[in-house]
Amino acid sequence: MTFPETRERAAERWREFTADNTPRMLVGTGTCGQAAGALSVMTEARSWFENRGIPVRVYEVGCLGLCYAEPLVELSRPGSPAVLYGHLEGEVIRNVLGRYFEKGELCEEYALAVMNGPAAGVIPAFNDHPVMSGQVRVALRNCGLICPDSIEHYIATGGYTGLVRALEMSPDAVVQEVSRSGLRGRGGAGFPTGVKWDLCRKQEREEKFMICNADEGDPGAFMDRSLLESDPHSVIEGLAIAAYAIGARNGYIYVRAEYPLAIERLRIAISQAEECSLIGDNILGSGVSFHLAIKKGAGAFVCGEETALLASIEGRRGMPRSRPPFPAQRGLHGRPTTINNVETLANVPVILRDGSAAYLRHGTEDSRGTKTFALAGKVKRTGLIEVPFGITLREIVHGIGGGASDSGKIKAVQTGGPSGGCIPARLFDLPVDYRKLAEAGAIIGSGGMIVMDESTCMVDIARYFIDFTQKESCGKCVPCRLGTRQMLEILEDITSGRARDNDLADLQEIANSVKVASLCGLGQTAPNPVLTTLRYFRDEYEAHARERVCPVGACAAMLVYTIDAEKCVGCRACMRVCPVQAVSGEAKQVHEIDLAVCVSCGACYEVCKFDAVKKG
Amino acid sequence: MHCEESYKQQIDDVLSRHSGDRGELIPILQELEEEIGYIPREAIRRTAEHLGINESAVYGVVTFYAQFHLTRQGKHRIKVCQGTACHVRGAGQLLLALKKSIGIDPGATTDDYRYSLERVACFGSCALGPVMLVNDAVHGRMTPDRVDDILEQLE
Repeated sequence: MTFPETRERAAERWREFTADNTPRMLVGTGTCGQAAGALSVMTEARSWFENRGIPVRVYEVGCLGLCYAEPLVELSRPGSPAVLYGHLEGEVIRNVLGRYFEKGELCEEYALAVMNGPAAGVIPAFNDHPVMSGQVRVALRNCGLICPDSIEHYIATGGYTGLVRALEMSPDAVVQEVSRSGLRGRGGAGFPTGVKWDLCRKQEREEKFMICNADEGDPGAFMDRSLLESDPHSVIEGLAIAAYAIGARNGYIYVRAEYPLAIERLRIAISQAEECSLIGDNILGSGVSFHLAIKKGAGAFVCGEETALLASIEGRRGMPRSRPPFPAQRGLHGRPTTINNVETLANVPVILRDGSAAYLRHGTEDSRGTKTFALAGKVKRTGLIEVPFGITLREIVHGIGGGASDSGKIKAVQTGGPSGGCIPARLFDLPVDYRKLAEAGAIIGSGGMIVMDESTCMVDIARYFIDFTQKESCGKCVPCRLGTRQMLEILEDITSGRARDNDLADLQEIANSVKVASLCGLGQTAPNPVLTTLRYFRDEYEAHARERVCPVGACAAMLVYTIDAEKCVGCRACMRVCPVQAVSGEAKQVHEIDLAVCVSCGACYEVCKFDAVKKG
Repeated sequence: MHCEESYKQQIDDVLSRHSGDRGELIPILQELEEEIGYIPREAIRRTAEHLGINESAVYGVVTFYAQFHLTRQGKHRIKVCQGTACHVRGAGQLLLALKKSIGIDPGATTDDYRYSLERVACFGSCALGPVMLVNDAVHGRMTPDRVDDILEQLE
């Protein structure tokens, strides 16, 4: 089938999908949606429609990024606006279906936005929703709007046009186009993509490899998972364009095993692209071939590092090696190899389709285009967002995110996961770009953005990240293997009230050494959470070290829980939740906590309705 | 050795689907883990033979990656996410509640092989934290008091 024929069939499918003459229901069934109960909502809704004999078209779509409101459903029927509904747990779905389809009501209390037109009463148009205003979606252009298992939907919305255009250009011209766009790697390091491709392009070897790094391991980051689950073809098209540009005939997508749904949707998408001759032998009759396979990760964070990832594909322990030679010179099986991140590749088709000039419209001088962020933690509207570089942290956290989730006050935001840093709220007017965040001691990283409020202890956060990197250190180089261990021990001492005089100075010194002397990115960036918290939240460290108290009451080992005899009514609620049976007492009698047994988990404190458990 | 003998057929089946290329090692181990539930000693020996490499090389890979286990796992595998977003939203208390209900520490399996409990770095469902995985089902917005209900619904 030629591309124009494929495109015609795609347009036909798209007309069926968007037809407004019969009722339609879209359900977001990404992993986030499923975790919130989207599949049972869908089953419930189907039986509701069947019982009433209402003909309805039901489609599963990806993630719109409004994760806080999951499960999400979009309903439409002739003569009424298509409305996106959220928070549809339990009985709510039946209620909304009945009112929307039988009474013609718009159910404002569950409505989030109108998807196909202007605002309807109090329901805003989708693009005016507070989450969406301020966003510019390039990599996420199709997420939640098309069916991820339909190549036709992708093509009908402009997909694979970039690949067709690339194949009409010379490989050098494709590299130049990407270089002109200023695109930088979105995996964390921000290396210019055009330069990376050019280096590989210039290697005179018969065999080369093109690899997509989808080993998204940063805790707190889920941009790549969402993208792969919602729009896998954008990544496959990006890979095909990149492979043509560098001259690779074979490629892999290295995906975390923890992302089974992303793997499943990629598998479907790859076989569809092969059937349409968009990858495989002799792509669209051009004489160019590109074969793509999936490699599943096996649960090692360090494999997100390029050379460790290559070792893992080769069937070895995923340990990094020193560079040079760079993978572009000697990569997989010793052959020149380019490795790009998921989001980087999802941008590539747009750059080829619309030209680099269009891409340059967004962003700042040194950070072009847009960046996706996974907004999570103590923020009202958690979700997946894409914003132009140069936006301030305040606009993201307070505008898009809607501010603090509970009554608390936001204290800091953590960007870049275990490689990044904590930026205090007083610096929230900082524009988000590669240079500005680096100056503040953090990094853009892959895009995790965790909001922390005043109940979060910053020393505990530093301990948390070092605990993570220490466990994930591959052990090959000494600074990382021993340095992270030493930092962890010091941080454990500080957070449990055993700090010694020199601990803060030692911590600073070890952190600096690990940063300078480690072999790979994991070790070089591991001290960042420690260094930024020491820089911006030194008072919290000093309170732990000198006064032996955790100012926010988060460090369990420094807390003592007791029961106020005046307030205790003997309801036994604390006794039931205590994981270590530290609470004793008869029903309706005052209870007691055995401090020798208590692990200070705080479960009793949370559960007590009478304010009788005291923390201090 | 009686227990391990019974895996012979499964090991043969897995190996027959793969060439002797070193790059097949991780996919082989993933399939063994999937079919058998862990990597028995016998499987390490046979895999090494199949790929023409040392047993120590296979063992090295098995112990490097968190996905592979050297001991039999429980019927229900429970994984608690320890990602940052889950951490700041109470993953620690969730883990304590699970330890209390099942009676084992993370990394262990109950004597009756009913449950295994694991800490996992991040599932990427951060917006719904704290999150736990029971076999393949993701449970979001978890609270310690929902643990027993979820366990009771298991077979």
